[in-house]
Amino acid sequence: MESMRVQDVTPNDLPWKIRYDAHRCTLCGSCVAACSFRAIESKVEQRRLIFSEGEFPEPKARFSAVPVIRQVKSFKNYCRGCGICEKICPNDAIAPVRNPDSRHPIITRCLGGDSIKRGGRKNLESTVRTLDKLRVGRISQMTDPSLDAQRHTFDMLAPFGRILPPQKLPMGVGPDGLLQATGTTPPVNWVYPVIIGDMSIGALSWRMWEAVAMAVAYLNEECGLPVRMCSGEGGVPVRLLKSKYLKYMILQIASGHFGWNRIAKAMPHMVEDPAGILIKIGQGAKPGDGGLLMAQKVAEHIMAIRGVPKTDLLSPPNHQGLYSIEESVQKMFLSFNAAFKFRVPVAIKVAASATSVSVYNNLVRDPYNIVGGLFLDGIDGGTGAAHEVSLDHTGHPIVSKLRDCYLAATAQGRQGQIPLWAAGGLGKTGDLAADAFKMMCLGANGVFTGKLILQMAGCVGNDQGRCNACNTGLCPVGITTQEPPLVRRLDPEKVAQNIVNYFLAMDTEFKKLMAPIGNSSLPIGRADALVATDQAVADKLQIQYVC
Amino acid sequence: MCRIGAIKSLNYVHPSMALQLMQSQQKGHDNSGFAMVMHDLGGIFEKYKHLPTLSMAASDEGVRQAEDILHQAGFQRVLQWVPETDNRPGLDINAMPNYVFETFDYPKSYRNAEQKVKEDLLLDMRLKLRDALEANEEGFVYSFWPDVVTLKEIGNPRDIGTYFRLWEPDSTFTAKVITTQCRQNTNYDIVRYAAHPFHLQGYTALANGENTFYLKNVEFQRKLHRGYIGFESDSQCFLYSLHYVHRELGWPLRYFKDVVTPLPFAEIEKRDNAQQLKAIRQSLGHLEINGPNTIIGVLPDNTLFTCCDAKKLRPIVIGRTADTVVLSSEVCGINEVLPDRDWETDIYPHEREMIAIDDNLEVQRWNQ
Repeated sequence: MESMRVQDVTPNDLPWKIRYDAHRCTLCGSCVAACSFRAIESKVEQRRLIFSEGEFPEPKARFSAVPVIRQVKSFKNYCRGCGICEKICPNDAIAPVRNPDSRHPIITRCLGGDSIKRGGRKNLESTVRTLDKLRVGRISQMTDPSLDAQRHTFDMLAPFGRILPPQKLPMGVGPDGLLQATGTTPPVNWVYPVIIGDMSIGALSWRMWEAVAMAVAYLNEECGLPVRMCSGEGGVPVRLLKSKYLKYMILQIASGHFGWNRIAKAMPHMVEDPAGILIKIGQGAKPGDGGLLMAQKVAEHIMAIRGVPKTDLLSPPNHQGLYSIEESVQKMFLSFNAAFKFRVPVAIKVAASATSVSVYNNLVRDPYNIVGGLFLDGIDGGTGAAHEVSLDHTGHPIVSKLRDCYLAATAQGRQGQIPLWAAGGLGKTGDLAADAFKMMCLGANGVFTGKLILQMAGCVGNDQGRCNACNTGLCPVGITTQEPPLVRRLDPEKVAQNIVNYFLAMDTEFKKLMAPIGNSSLPIGRADALVATDQAVADKLQIQYVC
Repeated sequence: MCRIGAIKSLNYVHPSMALQLMQSQQKGHDNSGFAMVMHDLGGIFEKYKHLPTLSMAASDEGVRQAEDILHQAGFQRVLQWVPETDNRPGLDINAMPNYVFETFDYPKSYRNAEQKVKEDLLLDMRLKLRDALEANEEGFVYSFWPDVVTLKEIGNPRDIGTYFRLWEPDSTFTAKVITTQCRQNTNYDIVRYAAHPFHLQGYTALANGENTFYLKNVEFQRKLHRGYIGFESDSQCFLYSLHYVHRELGWPLRYFKDVVTPLPFAEIEKRDNAQQLKAIRQSLGHLEINGPNTIIGVLPDNTLFTCCDAKKLRPIVIGRTADTVVLSSEVCGINEVLPDRDWETDIYPHEREMIAIDDNLEVQRWNQ
């Protein structure tokens, strides 16, 4: 009889348990080979069979050694519930099962002595999402006709760039009685109101990143949708920097400045300007926590693009050298505006926070008009890697904060001058058009999305703790890994096709939402088109309560 | 749906023509009110074109308060005209006890002031009067401007005409430009201020339709100018946008169309003046309108114009004779007042068109 050691890790301590049916298993080994986390292994079990062959009971025992698949009892190589084993098993002999009795958060800290890190989104249970308590409730019927989503034309573009108040437009009436420009205005690019959010090459596999870039090029060149993609902080392949497709890219710089050596060196060779520059100050999923690319993901090509050795790559939580918003405006914005000779709009991305309105007010009152957009990222945003405590317990929901910023601008008559872009859990239910539309009615000029793009590519992670292993470099579907065998699981062409198709579907759905409220251009700030089924939500967002 | 109409003539015309214009379209409106703004006044006001006339409906107390405020500010009354009313029983009218039109001379200190200073003073006085009379609903101050009078009442337009004796043409109460509409507010509360046409500093606007970007317009306009108040009706937004574009920004009238119904981006890119059109669309995006609308407006120089929403979801017809131009939601209105015109020259504007009629009745058509 074996002795029991209380401190041993057993599958019952882990978040997922493997359900294995030895009778169905053909021992093909596919599941073990496919499990990127090494959470299952083949083992030999001793079996004892008691049997009797005569007419009368004459029990005999037979021992045998049987090969089986077993779960690894380790707090490091534990099952993430990704389900790849189930997907690959020809006989339905194996699958992960969620373990409600998991002690994982405790034993990992006890045994590891370090904070838990993971990817994905906030995993805490939440109530019904705010956006799901809102409906497009002002329908055009008799007094004004609704439009026809199929027949009418719709103008669905959003500004990226600083917009001058009308009285400051450098225009005068010429001798011919027409308006003429008497000066220059800040650059503004009008783009599709959904930007593909900033996910770096490094956080993503090269195939995934390339697939997104391909989808964006296709949407622009073939579908007529001016969708833009943000590079994330991690550089851009030089080939792309020097190509005409650079015009579809928003280049990001964050506190690590990763990849900017190459970008700066490529500038003289650029044949197109990038669509914009996005300065990342904070991220909604982990506000106050900087970028984090674990060493296991820093493959050779990442080292080359970023110009770094193989080590954990941390972007500090704040930009070194910037101690105030004035400095930020003067140093960073001005230098990036100047770098591209004031032809490329420069925007800022911050995590939604109780202080967002102050930040917005500071930017919108800056007299130099150089901040071309506020990207506000809420708590439900995703991340490639973060400390779990940051992910689950820091941050601010996006919906009310976006509304606060819009109303602050409205109170000053400055709405629209710095376009507002919102993100953080939008499209979480798979329905980005509805979420984006509601955010626009509340005042967003557009939205950006990252996690949903990964889900289009085949990401199996969810907000109930499934997978969320982007930080490990062991992504089982080849999206957030740099391991060649795993990356090859991803078919970039198929991914690009999925993204293109999703955008086309979403475009139709936007029209299906604009038509009933009778609008042919985006209803930015049309909060009167929304109703709330929750009184508190209605009060906070200043919209009509209905029941 | 509202019906709107406007008359611009080389001769002074009596409001009975406006009533006739609207009467034939009565199936299209709900006969809940009558409102008109007259510019370029004739009759008893002709001699006082350079002095501001106050148009107001008020209680006795309201009239007293308003006059006190004006006298205190140094304004001196030079003319008062109280329409003789026909208060026969059975009329469907919900009239205030007094309807007064009073012309004032400027305070002495302002007589040699610059035009703009005077114009700001008149606006401030009107806002002050409105504010003072609003508290107890003692009265409604519609306009206080040179060469402009406004009449607005709740009730059946036919009966309002009878009450003010507007069916009987005479030469005392006439104008060369009359804009009119026969319906009280339906989307919002019935208040006198909600009936268009609306007037501000020489600009008049009225509209047929529903502005679904009302909230966007309102939130933006509130901060643009102290005169942009009220917002009892979504059509007020058109007036304020017109005032802002033409007076505050000083842009030619045709750009009003580019502000309220900007071209699609794809179309803008093809234009020679793409840079300006884009800048307008960017900076004045919150003044864009949406939904079905036809707008009629009058400028301080008495130019009459009309334009429609970007999908042309509301009608307007323009009929002409040698001395008169009539704008109307329905052609039957024009048939009524200009029966002998050459209807083949009628103009049915399209969704990208702006039509303006100057003092010589020259019709200009601008394609956006």
